[in-house]
Amino acid sequence: MTVDAERAAIRMSPDDLEPLRIDEVLVRKMLVSFLREETLKTGATRLVMGVSGGVDSAVVAALAAEALGPENVLGLFTPYRTTAGRSKADAEAVARAFGIRVEEVPITAQVDAYFAGLPKVDRIRMGNKMARERKSIEYDRSWPDGLVLGTSNKTELLLGYGTQFGDLACAMNPVGDLYKTQLRELATSVGVPKGIIEKPPSADLWEGQTDEGELGFTYAQADVLLYHLVDRRVRPVDLAAAGFDATLIATIRERIRRNHFKRVMPLIAKVSLRTIGHDFLYPRDWEAD
Amino acid sequence: MKIAIAQCAPALGAMKRNLDMHREWIAKAQATGAALVVFPELSLTGYYLKDLAADVACSADDPRLAPIAEASREIDISAGFVERSKDAKLHIAQGYWSGGRLRHVHRKVYLPTYGIFDDGRYFGPGDRLETFESVAGTAGIAICEDLWHLSVPYLYAAGGASVIFAPADSPGRGVAEGGDLGTAASCRMMDRFYAQYLTVYVVFANRVGHEDGIAFWGGSEVIGPDGAVCARAKEFEEELLVADIDRELIARERARNPLLRDERPDLVFRVLAERMGVRVTE
Repeated sequence: MTVDAERAAIRMSPDDLEPLRIDEVLVRKMLVSFLREETLKTGATRLVMGVSGGVDSAVVAALAAEALGPENVLGLFTPYRTTAGRSKADAEAVARAFGIRVEEVPITAQVDAYFAGLPKVDRIRMGNKMARERKSIEYDRSWPDGLVLGTSNKTELLLGYGTQFGDLACAMNPVGDLYKTQLRELATSVGVPKGIIEKPPSADLWEGQTDEGELGFTYAQADVLLYHLVDRRVRPVDLAAAGFDATLIATIRERIRRNHFKRVMPLIAKVSLRTIGHDFLYPRDWEAD
Repeated sequence: MKIAIAQCAPALGAMKRNLDMHREWIAKAQATGAALVVFPELSLTGYYLKDLAADVACSADDPRLAPIAEASREIDISAGFVERSKDAKLHIAQGYWSGGRLRHVHRKVYLPTYGIFDDGRYFGPGDRLETFESVAGTAGIAICEDLWHLSVPYLYAAGGASVIFAPADSPGRGVAEGGDLGTAASCRMMDRFYAQYLTVYVVFANRVGHEDGIAFWGGSEVIGPDGAVCARAKEFEEELLVADIDRELIARERARNPLLRDERPDLVFRVLAERMGVRVTE
C-alpha cells in the first residue's frame, strides 16, 4: 500500500467484473474484527449459525472461527427430507476445514406435522416455513450466551431473495455488504473447500432448485449491474447506454423496490412525542459506563 | 521533540470508561518521553452517539474533564469531547490541555450530514478557526471533515500555524475496485498534500474499533513539511504512534520552498469580498 497509489478510471460494461474485485486480506481483517468486537461488546461469548453446505455459510463459518475461536462457534445443519444429498457432506467438510462443531437437527418431522391435513401448499410457502423453522432452532441454540449470525449476501439482500424472519433473521451479518461474486472471491482466500465454491448456488428448499434458475439471471449479471446502480449511483439510462439489458435493469430495480420491507425494521405508528425508530434514536452499540 | 498519537477504540457513550482508557494511554505516552499525546475525535465519548450526545455533553469547565486537566501537568494532551456551550448548543470539540489547564478548544466547523454521517442532526457547527500555541509549535485543529475543506488548513497556515492537528473518526469503506481502502487513500493524499504545500506538520489521529457495524480504520500518521511520512500506525489495530517534530525542518523547508511566504491572503480576501459585494478599501 503506497501513498502514491493511483486508480484507473472505472470501466462500466455488463461483461466486466473487474470493478467488483476486493482485497481479500483487507476485507477478511475487517470482518473478523467486526465479529469479535461486536460480539464481545454485547457480553455474548459464542456464535451460532446455520451451515447449509453452501458457500455463504462456509465463509461466515471461517470468519466466525477466526474471530472467536472454533470452539466458540456452533454450526447447525438442519435438513428437510428434500435436502440435496451432497449438502450433508459439504456441511461436514466446512466443519473439518474450520474446526467448528456442526450438529445435525432435521426439521422434517415438525414441518410435515404442521402442513399435514392442509390442502396442497405452494412450494414457496413451504420454503418460507422451513427457513423460519431453521432460524427458530438457531435462536434456541444460541441461548443463553450466543448470538445468531446471518449469512445473506448483498445480492440476496438487495434482490429480496430470502425469507423475512427466516434466513434473513440474525443478530449480525458479516457478509451482507459483499456481492455473491465478491463472497466467492473471499471464499477461496479463507480456504473454503473448492467443491463448495464451484457448485451451483441453491437455497435447497426443493429438489433441483438453483438460485440462478429461480431468479432468471446469473449472479455475475446481477452483481455487476447492482454495483454500478447501487454502489456507484449510476442512473438506469446511463447503464442502458453502457450496454446493460434494459429489461434486466427494470427487473432488478423492481425487485429492490418491492423487497425493501425485508431490509428495514417493522413500521411503528407514531402517535406520541417521542417514538422508537422515529425520534428516539440511540446507537445499538450503546455501552454501559 | 517527540509527540504521540493514541490510536485507540473509545466505548460508545461510556465516558467514565473512556477516561480510564485515556489515563492508560497518557501513561504509555509519557513513558516514551513524548511532550504531547493526541487522541482522536470524540475520544472521550465515541462517535455515533445519536441521542446520547446530549447525555454525555459537558461544558469546557465540567468536573468530568478535570482528570484530563490534572494529567496535563505532566504531558500536553489533546482529546475529544461533546461540548455544551454556555447557551446550551452541542458541539463536537477537541481540547488542548497543558500545565493543568484547558488552553484551547476547537469546535468542528464542517459537520458531515450525508451518506453514513449525521453530525448536523445532533450538533451545531463551530464558527472559529483560531491558532494557538502548542508544545509542538503554533497549531490549528481540524476535526475530521474540517480537514477535507481546504480553506481550513489554508487559514491555519495563513494564520501562522506550523502544525495541524487532525483528530478523526474516519470510517473505513470502499473496498471494491481493486484493493486499497478508498477512504485511506484519500486521507493519505490530503495529509501529504497539505503538509508539503503549506510546509506544516500534519498530525492525523484516527481511531479504530467498531460502532454499529462501522469500522474505523486507524492508519494515524505524522507527515512532515517536506511531505515525508515521519510515522504511520497500522490499520484497524490500537497503537501508540510516536513521531519526532523537528522545528528546524520547517525553517529549512520554508527557506527552500517559500510558497507560504509568497501566499496572498489579502488577495483571497479581496476577491471573496468583491464577489460578496463588499467594497474593500485600503
